[in-house]
Amino acid sequence: MSATPSLAPILSIDGARKAFGGLVAVNDVSFDVREGELVGLIGPNGSGKTTMLNLISGALRPTSGTISLAGARISGRPAHAIARQGVARTFQLVRILPSMTALENVMAGAVFGHARTWGDDARHVAVALLDRVGLAGRGDAMTGAMTYIDHKRLELARALASNPRLLLLDEWLAGLNPSELKLGIELIRELRADGRTIIMVEHVMDAIRSLCDRCVVMSSGVKIADGDVADVLTRPEVVSAYLGDDDA
Amino acid sequence: MTPLLATVTRKEARIALFGAAALAVAATLPLFDTGFYLSLALNVAMYVVLCTAWTLFSGPTHYISLASAAFFGIGTYSVALGIDTLPFPLLVAVGFVASAALAGLVGIATLRLSGVYFVIFTLGLAELVRQVVTWAQTNFTHGVGLYVFTDFTETHIYWMLLALAAIVYVTGWLVNRSRLGFALRIIGNDETVARHVGIDTARAKVLLFMISGGFIGIVGACLAPRFAYVEPPSAFNPMISFQVVIMALLGGTGRLWAPLLGVIPFTILFDQVSAYFPNHTSLVIGIAFMAVVYLLPRGVIGFVDDMRRLKKRFRIVLVEDEGALGKERAS
Ligand SMILES: Nc1ncnc2c1ncn2[C@@H]1O[C@H](COP(=O)(O)OP(=O)(O)O)[C@@H](O)[C@H]1O
Ligand SMILES: [Mg+2]
Repeated sequence: MSATPSLAPILSIDGARKAFGGLVAVNDVSFDVREGELVGLIGPNGSGKTTMLNLISGALRPTSGTISLAGARISGRPAHAIARQGVARTFQLVRILPSMTALENVMAGAVFGHARTWGDDARHVAVALLDRVGLAGRGDAMTGAMTYIDHKRLELARALASNPRLLLLDEWLAGLNPSELKLGIELIRELRADGRTIIMVEHVMDAIRSLCDRCVVMSSGVKIADGDVADVLTRPEVVSAYLGDDDA
Repeated sequence: MTPLLATVTRKEARIALFGAAALAVAATLPLFDTGFYLSLALNVAMYVVLCTAWTLFSGPTHYISLASAAFFGIGTYSVALGIDTLPFPLLVAVGFVASAALAGLVGIATLRLSGVYFVIFTLGLAELVRQVVTWAQTNFTHGVGLYVFTDFTETHIYWMLLALAAIVYVTGWLVNRSRLGFALRIIGNDETVARHVGIDTARAKVLLFMISGGFIGIVGACLAPRFAYVEPPSAFNPMISFQVVIMALLGGTGRLWAPLLGVIPFTILFDQVSAYFPNHTSLVIGIAFMAVVYLLPRGVIGFVDDMRRLKKRFRIVLVEDEGALGKERAS
């Protein structure tokens, strides 16, 4: 692996908390992500992973705590401002723009996000990314006619189109069949080799093991472990969180 | 707002040429008739501008605004209040600015709400503005209405509306090619995605609502001389709001010129109905509208698109058949 993470944290989460009424979905979670790092965010269902990503991307405002991107506070700011600062994401339930072509879907990321290109520049970025995620030549396709994995690819391309400083993937590999999964893992590996900073929420443990430098484990809203993947996954509290809470 | 494509496509050029020609032909109408047909054409022109301006905002965002009467009335009143002291073009500009400003306020207050609340709010707003104007007039002026005496004939008003139609179409076309237009299409598809790709959705919607409301205000301003005597029930007539929605939906909101397809038949229908069934206009219009929604749920434009697609498919089938025949013959 070529990417050696530098020391400066690109993302700092300090005591982030999100309460929905009485339910504390994210309970004073803190961790840093350094530039070029690929961090896995794992935990049983309902442990608050998606909520954590929502706090970072600005989909939700934290109840308390601060989140900073490259030293600038982003918590409390609206999602569009955070996107312009350089955070891009995919959604656990894929969100594509149904009445637009594949190319336009990707251009959406290039035009308004961190990069803010326009016209032919945006088009070139989008074409190159469609190629990269395995949708070469499909730019004119209407998204309605595409398969589930193609939607996932499209969503990733859209997120990448803004050339984000931080990429958030929410179970991007979920629902893929074994051969698609292999392609998906390869794709993320390439992104990592490019030096992209990524937080990936994932249930596919093989992917976490083979891709991540580090992983953060959440359980019932609390961070219960943070460190080297192989080490963390054998810790008793992590094992019991997976076996105890999640009987699925 | 630099355009997405720096060039004008051949198709766009053809549409522009065709549109300019159609406008030029329409502009000659007063040379032939200045009675019934001019009056009817004036109504058509008025609703073309109103519906196109309305669609500018409601087409991409899917928000149904019933505030048209408020913007229209503000335009009318801008002219009525100032006609004795200020030049008419300036008053039209005032009408634009005032209704755009109101649209901006409404937008800031409501566009964070979901669609249903927006509909109700805009309906309430139009009524509120009407009541406020009525109250102000009865308390601070002598009469309930205002006289608007100008040298404008129906011909002049008609020409103004045609020019305005051209301006609205060009504006709509420019918006569609701009970042703002692209942003609105994304918002119309999925607002969450829009926010997460970096679009300030509230700002984009408010901006477009202001443009749309401003144009509706101009129509009201241009129509003021036609009223001659302006009072709140006519200037802020809620029927305007409803008819705009009905006609625009009848035409279809997917394309800039689609409302035209609803305005022409509906205006003529409305005219006929009010001539032959003066006491049952609402009933007949209601039935006609239900029939339209039932038979053409995506508007006339949707029907046209379906027909085109069918024709295309039919043609492909024919071509395939010919190919098959050809092969048979060859073997
Ligand atoms: N918008 C919301 N309103 C109320 N409760 C929510 C909301 N979003 C998530 N939750 C709750 O917060 C908890 C964490 O959910 P989530 O972050 O989606 O978990 P994960 O992604 O780890 O499966 C769950 O109990 C969920 O029901
Ligand atoms: Mg989740």
